[in-house]
Amino acid sequence: MSNLEIELQALKENLLEMMELVSKQIALCSEATITGDLAIAKQVVENESRVNALELTMDKDCENILALHNPVATDLRFVLAVLNITSDLERIGDNAKSIAAFLIKNSKKLDKNYIDKYGIAEMYETSISMLTCLSEALKKDDAELARKIFKEDKVLNKKNKNGPKVAVALVEADPKQAKLIVRLLAVVNKLERVGDLATNIAEEVVFHVEAKVLKHNKDKS
Amino acid sequence: MVLQCTFAISGRKKLCGKTEQKVMKHIEAIDVNAYYGDNHVLKNIDIAIKENTVTAFIGPSGCGKSTFLRTLNRMNDYIDVFHLEGKVLVEGNDIYKKKVNVEELRQKIGMVFQKPNPFPKTIFENVAYGLRIHGEKDKKKIEEVVEQSLVKAALWNEVKDKLKKSAFGLSGGQQQRLCIARTLAVEPSIILMDEPASALDPISTAKIEELINELKQNYTIIIVTHNMQQASRVSDRTAFFYMGELVEFGKTADIFTNPTKKQTENYISGRFG
Repeated sequence: MSNLEIELQALKENLLEMMELVSKQIALCSEATITGDLAIAKQVVENESRVNALELTMDKDCENILALHNPVATDLRFVLAVLNITSDLERIGDNAKSIAAFLIKNSKKLDKNYIDKYGIAEMYETSISMLTCLSEALKKDDAELARKIFKEDKVLNKKNKNGPKVAVALVEADPKQAKLIVRLLAVVNKLERVGDLATNIAEEVVFHVEAKVLKHNKDKS
Repeated sequence: MVLQCTFAISGRKKLCGKTEQKVMKHIEAIDVNAYYGDNHVLKNIDIAIKENTVTAFIGPSGCGKSTFLRTLNRMNDYIDVFHLEGKVLVEGNDIYKKKVNVEELRQKIGMVFQKPNPFPKTIFENVAYGLRIHGEKDKKKIEEVVEQSLVKAALWNEVKDKLKKSAFGLSGGQQQRLCIARTLAVEPSIILMDEPASALDPISTAKIEELINELKQNYTIIIVTHNMQQASRVSDRTAFFYMGELVEFGKTADIFTNPTKKQTENYISGRFG
């Protein structure tokens, strides 16, 4: 194995670790939302520094690989993809932290009915499924697997689009909880954003494996 | 228009009545096979090189890239056991036809070698040498061409006050640029470079690369290099050779970001073998 291959392997392992960690952050948010367990939400906030540290480490690793090994072709595309993927993962981590912070402030007041009406549990499930699929796609360098998540993102977009309507109906039924209901809508927005960022990651996997640029392209085939 | 001479190359100095129209395919090899005795060293090479471009030939040692480079100005003619089949066209004219004047051909297709090889003469005489052997006697003309060639080779400012000094007093990088100036003096339209910077330090290498970039405005350049970064920095198109075959030829940016052949990818990313 050449030095470059060893460096790239280590980079991939770190990326998969970050992917797993971020995926876990969303899963913890889901658990904290459904159970109202503040300890779990606090754990998400604590884990955030690990996500950030991994991003910085990998940025440095990418910089070193580019400067010292001059990668080309698929190796170059992988390093370029990793630079973008880590940034997307870090932003997914930020969203998880924001959701956790919201839960810490409001979990006691959360009504299960609100969560159901917004379809938040389903959104969590979809987000986690997307991230798990991406992790597999990265492990196997499988662009087809990465493409599968484009469809799943539509589920999140639909829920998000429907969010304001749901919010109006909930506020009309329970005007005293208007603030909380609107804040909960922000969680819906954040999960939709997680879907967008996961989509970006899938595009990077396709770029790495097939050298196709899907960014800003409606046709993702 | 009918060509009236045995070998025609447009470019700065017209040798014949060829039209002024821009020729896109400056060099073309059609089904070229080459042999050293029984050893089949080039296999069915087809390639078309556009004028005013830099083309890099890459590939592992023994892949045939230097042999192919040397077929382009018939340098292999010096090897007794060398035998070539197929056609090599320069501006549409087959350079292996019997009636081609090889001296004239090599004047128009200059060559720069791996090691700087100045003659044991003064700097001035090194550049003037080609002109003199081609019969130029006008002292003023020779002085003008020597200066112009040294300017084009980005060496004039460094040597203008020591033209009468020995070329061996120059650094390796300066000697290589002197050899390029010597090549330019006889007004070629194509310059072949066989690893021109492999014996030079990074600063001299950078100067040669800058020079290649400037020269391509007026010359078609082909460079053989083992340095992948150099190929990607200086060339417009890259040809990858392996075991006598031209595996892939395309835009350098494509070859180094998304080669179509796995063999190319393995070679450029250092996984070859």
